[in-house]
Amino acid sequence: MSLSENTTVDVKNLVNEVLEAYPEKTRKRRAKHINVLEAEAKDCGVKSNVKSIPGVMTIRGCAYAGSKGVVWGPIKDMIHISHGPVGCGYYSWSGRRNYYIGDTGVDSWGTMHFTSDFQEKDIVFGGDKKLHKVIEEINDLFPLVNGISIQSECPIGLIGDDIEAVARAKSAEIGKPVIPVRCEGFRGVSQSLGHHIANDTIRDWVFEKTTPKADFVSTPYDVTIIGDYNIGGDAWSSRILLEEIGLRVIAQWSGDGTLAELENTPKAKVNLIHCYRSMNYIARHMEEKYNIPWMEYNFFGPSQIAESLRKIAALFDDSIKEKAEQVIARYQPMVDAVIAKYRTRLEGKKVMIYVGGLRPRHVVDAYHDLGMEIVGTGYEFAHNDDYQRTQHYVKEGTLIYDDVTAFELEKFVEAIRPDLVASGIKEKYVFQKMGLPFRQMHSWDYSGPYHGYDGFAIFARDMDLAINNPVWGVMKAPF
Amino acid sequence: MSDKLSQSADKVLDHYTLFRQPEYKAMFEKKKSEFEYGHSDEEVARVSEWTKSEDYKAKNFAREAVVINPTKACQPIGAMFAAQGFEGTLPLVHGSQGCVAYYRTHLTRHFKEPNSAVSSSMTEDAAVFGGLNNMIDGLANAYTLYKPKMIAVMTTCMAEVIGDDLQGFISNAKNKDSVPQDFPVPYAHTPAFVGSHIVGYDNMIKGILTNFWGSSENLDTPKTETINLIPGFDGFAVGNNRELKRITAQFGIDLTILSDVSDNFDTPMDGEYRMYDGGTTIEDTKAALHAKATISMQEYNTTQTLQFCKEKGQQVAKFNYPMGVTATDELLLKLAELSGKPVPASLKLERGRLVDAIADSHTHMHGKRFAVYGDPDFCLGMTRFLLELGAEPVHILSTSGSKKWEKQVQKVLDGSPFGASGAAYGGKDLWHLRSLIFTDKVDYIIGNSYGKYLERDTKVPLIRLTYPIFDRHHHHRYPTWGYQGALNVLVRILDRIFEDIDANTNIVGQTDYSFDLIR
Repeated sequence: MSLSENTTVDVKNLVNEVLEAYPEKTRKRRAKHINVLEAEAKDCGVKSNVKSIPGVMTIRGCAYAGSKGVVWGPIKDMIHISHGPVGCGYYSWSGRRNYYIGDTGVDSWGTMHFTSDFQEKDIVFGGDKKLHKVIEEINDLFPLVNGISIQSECPIGLIGDDIEAVARAKSAEIGKPVIPVRCEGFRGVSQSLGHHIANDTIRDWVFEKTTPKADFVSTPYDVTIIGDYNIGGDAWSSRILLEEIGLRVIAQWSGDGTLAELENTPKAKVNLIHCYRSMNYIARHMEEKYNIPWMEYNFFGPSQIAESLRKIAALFDDSIKEKAEQVIARYQPMVDAVIAKYRTRLEGKKVMIYVGGLRPRHVVDAYHDLGMEIVGTGYEFAHNDDYQRTQHYVKEGTLIYDDVTAFELEKFVEAIRPDLVASGIKEKYVFQKMGLPFRQMHSWDYSGPYHGYDGFAIFARDMDLAINNPVWGVMKAPF
Repeated sequence: MSDKLSQSADKVLDHYTLFRQPEYKAMFEKKKSEFEYGHSDEEVARVSEWTKSEDYKAKNFAREAVVINPTKACQPIGAMFAAQGFEGTLPLVHGSQGCVAYYRTHLTRHFKEPNSAVSSSMTEDAAVFGGLNNMIDGLANAYTLYKPKMIAVMTTCMAEVIGDDLQGFISNAKNKDSVPQDFPVPYAHTPAFVGSHIVGYDNMIKGILTNFWGSSENLDTPKTETINLIPGFDGFAVGNNRELKRITAQFGIDLTILSDVSDNFDTPMDGEYRMYDGGTTIEDTKAALHAKATISMQEYNTTQTLQFCKEKGQQVAKFNYPMGVTATDELLLKLAELSGKPVPASLKLERGRLVDAIADSHTHMHGKRFAVYGDPDFCLGMTRFLLELGAEPVHILSTSGSKKWEKQVQKVLDGSPFGASGAAYGGKDLWHLRSLIFTDKVDYIIGNSYGKYLERDTKVPLIRLTYPIFDRHHHHRYPTWGYQGALNVLVRILDRIFEDIDANTNIVGQTDYSFDLIR
């Protein structure tokens, strides 16, 4: 059975049918988050960044996940305390594959889980005293730690703890930055507010309180990578290209990043943003305060990579522009070979995407480069500006779903029967059980990197191995 | 920049090998020296050595506040696991929504299965006004969309801190027609700042039983020949619950497993996605009140539940993750005693085969030193089995372990000469264990995937035998309980030992005289 045989689904009708299942109040609310893209439309036509509805099985996470899990967690030479009960830090422990190089437990702590492990007495009497002790013990046991962040879990904001006061006192005492982050999970509607809060704490507690390294010497070619979490090494396969075109990457935010890199960032000539959603805040701040321009780029798939390299190079002198052309030319034969090898195996295959951050739009052209087609896409925690930016990537008739519920996604996929579903771990086995090839597009399904030219080859290989594995052929018993 | 690229379409290099190529290595070096402002290699090496010392261990064990790499999760994930073992049951976690995303992810990564649960998605306004409306809407939406037979409600710490009253909220929601009046909505308060996932498991099972059995003490409840069994939070539940059913079927015992996730967490791939599969039926759960006895496979997962069963006039028996020959003997004898049926000959045969296997391999186990960590019951069960194999459990550690548990482990150790060098560490974490292993070396570590960092640092091989196992596939499908389960565990340990011996004897012309074909 060809999975794509059902190509004539009336998607608008499908949306209405799926919405029918909801109680009326919920139906009205959910209807605003789903749309079929029309030609000449101004935007994707969906509402976003509002509260998830209770009981519908949203796929979203929380502000803590956005701060500890995404923005702060990967800063490798700091220790990030999951402040509150034991669970949050436990579940997010090593969950995101933010690769780094370092001696874990000695000068890096990315794959460790530090918690104040709140007990009932901490809730009743407050946890500030314990937090003092936690920070002292961390500094004693890990003398090479360059800074500490306090990642607040839900109870902190509810019991009235003054973690800012603790942070100030302890920072003075240990002589290292201690950064209080108010990323309690109940704040906001998704991970997104956690990103914002985390950005703001870098502004207020790093930029405002520390200084760039005195011996740091700027060059006219200094750039940063902002919003790359180095999942499976993404930032590395991006950095190498920027270096090859003659730029100097003075900071990685935040995959494989260090506190010094954060501190030195205001010395950059341009901030290059990959994940706009999670880090546009700090880029805008640096633009206002330090007059540093920022530019979004897209390193998924050769079309976007070449376009981005040219756009980046255009901000610099001719030597960089020339090198950018040389780099594009240098990788072209490899890209051609990858496409030659995989495109025939993937041509015309339909994909439905549901992830977060930048990927629901950024990966679209990488699939196009392989001849694949996007029939649906949506974001976990986008804002309106994300959907505006998505318009450019998708074509008429594409199904758009914001904060999709497990129910909706299951029904949409069941009816549309794409050849590949590209989503997260919570979705993976649902669709595999249905017999649909699946790739996790948060963690690259433990593969990667997917960024850059080196990453594209891996991306192509992985899509092929998912779609063309023989297992799908033995799903139906012959009896 | 050479013209030759490392990457190619013919041989695609991914992260395993791509970043070992010279251009990346040079890039890492440059990033480190120019931008990271880290500590000198000498300083890092010095501190690294210090973390392995007795001095560091003393400091590490003096810790009072920070917990580093604990072996415990929080209550609601245990409650969710418990609820998912009942037929058609959808957990609704009342509180912040991110928690549910985390629990589902964690369980999915271990079982490689879908995991369904909903949240009441409370945010700032609910923090101020309480989450009643979230409960009303949450129950209505979950009931309408996902058509469960039961919705089990538990709480995140947010709802607990603001003091939401589940009983009141649920009856309020029923009055607002969120779900029919007679629709089962058992609940449990599961504060993350009390106990751990095993306490959450206990609370939820008790909540479900209370829902169907009533909360009042009733010692005169009429009894049937049925025996209830509560497995506890168990990463090997798929294999283990099926094994228990197989064993009791041989006895001819009418068994009700209270919370049986084995089918729900092991659905087939045949084109149909089953949101719910298998599990203890509501009928059986109701009838379980009349069972003559309830057996707990994990004492520390069922402290309150067993007390509750007692109050209903049932006989109760508790085990500590029984593994190995004598622990299985005890389980079977207890089943025989409670059911009045003799241990079937077929199981005696299985026992003999297990003992035979142990005898065949005992030379490789004898005197080997082990560190064991995990939940309190697992540690007890594993320690007993190791002693039985002639191995020496040396460091036994559980972050959820209490003083009482430490004494219990000590008693097990004291019962065997092979336990002489063993000690139990309750309330300690894997960073403590790191110090223990560096200062008092063992040959093998038994734990879960998180132990791979200990393996990397100490070079002591890890054997994954408890939840969570993220980086090895499918072991949870095989039992660790019963004689068959013990055989599986034995083979897993032996395989690791043999692999280790081979890996240490494979240098051509130097060590490979011991690279024996026959072991």
